[in-house]
Amino acid sequence: MTAMCDVAFLLLSFFIMTATAKQPEPKPVDTPQSTVIEKLPDEGVATITIGQKQVFFLMPKNIRRATLERMSELRNVKFTEEEYAEFEKLEGFGVKMSELKSLLKLSPGERVKENVQKGIPYDSINNQLFDWVKQARESQRAFYDEKFQAGEITAEEYGVKGDLQIAIKGDAKEEYPTIKRVMDILQEQKKNKFYLVTGLRDEDF
Amino acid sequence: MAELNTGGDGGKGKKVRSKKSNPGVDLTAMVDLAFLLITFFMLTTTLSKPQAMPLPMPDKEQPDRPDKTKIPEERMMTILIGSNNRILWYMGKFDNPSIPPTEAAFGKNGIRKDLLKNVELGKAYAKQEGKPQQGLVVNIKASDKANYRNLVDILDEMAITKPQLFAIGDMTAGELDLLKQSGLY
Repeated sequence: MTAMCDVAFLLLSFFIMTATAKQPEPKPVDTPQSTVIEKLPDEGVATITIGQKQVFFLMPKNIRRATLERMSELRNVKFTEEEYAEFEKLEGFGVKMSELKSLLKLSPGERVKENVQKGIPYDSINNQLFDWVKQARESQRAFYDEKFQAGEITAEEYGVKGDLQIAIKGDAKEEYPTIKRVMDILQEQKKNKFYLVTGLRDEDF
Repeated sequence: MAELNTGGDGGKGKKVRSKKSNPGVDLTAMVDLAFLLITFFMLTTTLSKPQAMPLPMPDKEQPDRPDKTKIPEERMMTILIGSNNRILWYMGKFDNPSIPPTEAAFGKNGIRKDLLKNVELGKAYAKQEGKPQQGLVVNIKASDKANYRNLVDILDEMAITKPQLFAIGDMTAGELDLLKQSGLY
């Protein structure tokens, strides 16, 4: 009995240690189901969440700062060092560039409240989503360029990770034109392959 | 099981000894709880990884490449998604379809049966043409009243029925009219 107990607790502590706490998302969506059993890659994936015509963007941690630096230059919004640090901790966001500063001032609890974040603009006049995706991809490219130059990764790894993967996580009830618009934005910058995040089901539906 | 036998056989003599309390602790409940938690953490950690469907789209920049091979109309199927989870599909050209527009529902008893039939049909045509590796080509066109679930459902059907090729396209005005006339828009 004692041995079994020991093993059980050893396993228990292992699973607790490895489990990652689920971050509260600013936009919880109900994804549609599919039978495709393929997992999202672990790293190098940016997620675009779409729900109620609002778009949210989540980047991998390693490129957040670089992307914000590029965006700050592009859109002429200056950020302080604290704001950069805060942005790196931010798990996904959905605000206009002009509202980003005030979002970073809020506490993490307040950020996920309803109607605090109203989505990133993606219309043709003010297409900030396009810029975010483009800058994130360039940051990812630069990040791995550097690693490749330093000889830390092989050419093969560079080829796989060099281009940022994009996953679209849409709400099942979202209207098709919104999804289409986001896909078009990706295709406009020659991002022709992306992932659709889905739940799992069997073939009997 | 977990008890330790510590009581000596004692009483040879007439002395009555007070029974020693048993130092063994019953661990059953604790182990039960530990295993319950293990199961919970095991399941949640593996299932929390999101499932994803890779979707390759054709390049937009080169609409009329000279080397673009024409797909024979006989093995081209067009699926139009209307409102309220309804589908209209036809085979061949829009003006002169080889199978006229047919309404279908989602699911294994709806569009999947048609798709499986058409996949076979497409393979047969391809064989006649002398290209046995090729098969049915599906063109998916969703209307503005379709929702995201419909799109994923159709893409899922593609993953199940495995036509040679599928693409997501834009609906033409004629096809939109057809949907409206059929009352599916």
